[in-house]
Amino acid sequence: MTDTPRVATLTSAERTRLIHSGLRRRHLSEQVFKGLGLAAIILALGFVALLFADVLRKGVPAFVQSNLHLAVTYDPAIIAVEPAPIREAGQSDADFRAVSLKWQRDVALLNWNKVVEASLRAAAPVGFEIDSKQILTTAETDARHRIRELFVADPTLLGKTVEVEVLASANAANWIKGNIDRSLPDTQQQLSAPARALIDQFTANGTISSGFAWSILGNVDSRAAPAAAGLAGAFVGSLFMMLIVVVLAVPIGVASAIYLEEFAPKSRLTDFIEVNINNLAAVPSIVFGLLGAAVFINYFHLPLSAPIVGGLVLTLMTLPTIIIATRGALLGVSPALRQAALGMGASKTQMVFHHVLPVTLPSILTATILGVAHALGETAPLLLIGMKAFVASVPATPFDQATALPVQIYLWQGNENRNFFEPRTAAAIMVLLALMITLNGFAIYLRSRLEKRA
Amino acid sequence: MTQLNSFIIAALLIVLLGFAYQSGWARSRKLVTANGVKIHSRSQYHGALVAIWVLIPALLILGLWAFFGPNITRAFTVTQIPADVVATLDQPALNAAIQRLQALASGYGVSGDLAPYEQGAGAALRNFQLVTFLIVLAAVAVAGILALLFARSRIDARLRARTHVERIINLLLLACSAVAILTTVGIVASLLTEALRFFTFISPFDFFFGTVWQPNNSGTAGNYGSYGILPLLSGTLMITAIAMLVAVPIGLMAAIYLSQYAHHRLRAFAKPIIEILAGIPTIVFGFLALVTVGPFLRDVGNLVGLDISATSALTAGIVMGIMIIPFVSSLSDDILNQVPRTLRDGAYGLGATKSETIRNVLLPAALPGIVGAFLLAVSRAIGETMIVVLAAGNSPVLRGNPFEPVATITVSIVNQLTGDTDFAGPQSLVAFALGLTLFVITLLLNVFALYIVRRFREQYE
Repeated sequence: MTDTPRVATLTSAERTRLIHSGLRRRHLSEQVFKGLGLAAIILALGFVALLFADVLRKGVPAFVQSNLHLAVTYDPAIIAVEPAPIREAGQSDADFRAVSLKWQRDVALLNWNKVVEASLRAAAPVGFEIDSKQILTTAETDARHRIRELFVADPTLLGKTVEVEVLASANAANWIKGNIDRSLPDTQQQLSAPARALIDQFTANGTISSGFAWSILGNVDSRAAPAAAGLAGAFVGSLFMMLIVVVLAVPIGVASAIYLEEFAPKSRLTDFIEVNINNLAAVPSIVFGLLGAAVFINYFHLPLSAPIVGGLVLTLMTLPTIIIATRGALLGVSPALRQAALGMGASKTQMVFHHVLPVTLPSILTATILGVAHALGETAPLLLIGMKAFVASVPATPFDQATALPVQIYLWQGNENRNFFEPRTAAAIMVLLALMITLNGFAIYLRSRLEKRA
Repeated sequence: MTQLNSFIIAALLIVLLGFAYQSGWARSRKLVTANGVKIHSRSQYHGALVAIWVLIPALLILGLWAFFGPNITRAFTVTQIPADVVATLDQPALNAAIQRLQALASGYGVSGDLAPYEQGAGAALRNFQLVTFLIVLAAVAVAGILALLFARSRIDARLRARTHVERIINLLLLACSAVAILTTVGIVASLLTEALRFFTFISPFDFFFGTVWQPNNSGTAGNYGSYGILPLLSGTLMITAIAMLVAVPIGLMAAIYLSQYAHHRLRAFAKPIIEILAGIPTIVFGFLALVTVGPFLRDVGNLVGLDISATSALTAGIVMGIMIIPFVSSLSDDILNQVPRTLRDGAYGLGATKSETIRNVLLPAALPGIVGAFLLAVSRAIGETMIVVLAAGNSPVLRGNPFEPVATITVSIVNQLTGDTDFAGPQSLVAFALGLTLFVITLLLNVFALYIVRRFREQYE
């Protein structure tokens, strides 16, 4: 107020100047503010870009694996074993199984590394000097199992020579891909000098070639043979859990949303349920893991580390999301539709199930897929129900031991062979992200398609 | 064998249900055509009601069999083993003997020589299994048919079949919404009981006010180690504070720019891309924090002469902040859009620039809502697990330097509860006390935040 007389006494030219200088200042601060906003957007978008670029940069090389092409000779001198048993007439299933298991055990007791070594030496240049232990470090340790399994499947191979493709060892792959500094002294290298020279020879003469790493997608996890470690078991484990989530969470979630939105009398109890669901949606996921450990495992004695328990925990976690989304969709249905149905003499149940629910289907489907995608990436609660365990098999039922994709990522990032497992972890992340993007894309596609029709 | 049995039972049930529906439907149809009277419900409802009547006793019988069946079969199998043999067997050996008999009965056979009694016992068990299966099958069929006849006889023009069916549907819906309540009850009950068991080992005072976290994981009575939560709490709060320092300015400014300045095309492009951050699994953020952000921060620290550890509160906090950006920005966006247009127009009318309007009118008006969003984001950060497990360094020591490793409540839960079922000692039980603390903190934050947001919305409605 004290300014007013002073301003009033100014000449109009001075007043204009004053206003202009004020305006300049104000416009400058406007520009700064706008610039800050733009910077925030660019920063946020930059984080997304960096994240994907970093994962791709780290993960893509892991999709190339080094294969060793070997001519394997099933030398009868090394493979000294009786012929495979043939089923006799009148032998019971159990008896035959016992005999063939015993034969397989005998086969497994042979020193298959000798077979591997012989074929590696055959591939090496004539006169190349390297001892047995060192030459075996070039092939992955599962080579002997691969070669043995071929023999078990077809015992007539004895005495024959067949072309077999096995994996080069993880250390060899590191050496070939340059994941390890080639100039490091011998003491810091994971492979001995002759083995490194042999690998270079193999690469030069085509015994080692690069190919797409099907092992990541098709194999189960492996500790002894890191180059052969894959995601198949984790993938099936995750698949089982997602199936359980879809089968349980969707019907229960939609049903409770319908009840709360359409039928429930407005009472203290329904208010309580509503507050309850909103809060459940914000409970940290690790608390659901504690619930699973205490109730499903400690009280109901369900198996540890099994997809059934993981699926149940994730179901409880996803339920609030689906309920909230479905309620929102039901709330959005136009009252005209309801009144028209009621006016034609439909009962309330008929109105809901015949008229309201079909209209909300696209939203419910989308929410379901998004909820499932979220559950797919959840890790913490699974760790608490024992899914930290190393599992080297594909689970056949939801009650078998299994891991899940995000848990596999957690396990791999902790592996000591960092040079090899860091890219492999990034590759596993790529697989997980690809799955999630597919699910999300599918949700968007479904929504746009169904909404067009509705 | 058992699989085949379940298929037969399922097939029987389906046939029974189909037949029940059909007979109820047909009977009610006949009412219409014969007398020309109006019936209360449409025929589908009569059919469905009869089918429900059949289903209930059948499920009851099957449930009883599923519950008691295995024990009955086991008891019978034991009677088939001669008493003098049973006397020589301990529990595992008895189980093995029973398994052998079951393998014999299934026709798969066993390896090795048969004990003298086994052949006969296996055959007896096979007969027993067949007979009990037939009895159950017959019981289901008879109960189903009786129920069908009864329900069918009740059908007349005035039977309110639709009302009955709808009431049953209603009950089913109610049961489903009880699951959410049961989950909460389950969480509270399991956390409380296990936490109370923990407090029988360690006094609550030592837990809530202890400054040393040093569990002795192989310790026995008298030597359990220290379980003070304060180091974990301080780590949690430090990481949360750093995350908020990253997420709130970026998220809020992004929301302001997108909702007030941006061309609608930029908005349509940028908003979903920022939302992608919210959908990425936290384990991915954790991995990148560990292998990229941490080493980067350490190198930057070396450049400017700071000693920053690769896994530290700073690493975890920054990455967690990035994760929370979309959470903050989309909540703030919603809230900014709810401020009435008239407020903005009034400010423009007085000659305010856009940024002055936003800073002096829009933000103060939206403040309660933004505080609510902020609290929700805090609760999210406190409960976040995988990023801190991988990137915070797991060093439960009470200290104030964000460049050093810390541990949080969630990290310690993961470390202490390794998935073994043995909840005997405080080493694993402490996870539940920590979980209870976490649950209470996040619950209070959520309730308070939701209350503020709701009040804010009502204000402008």
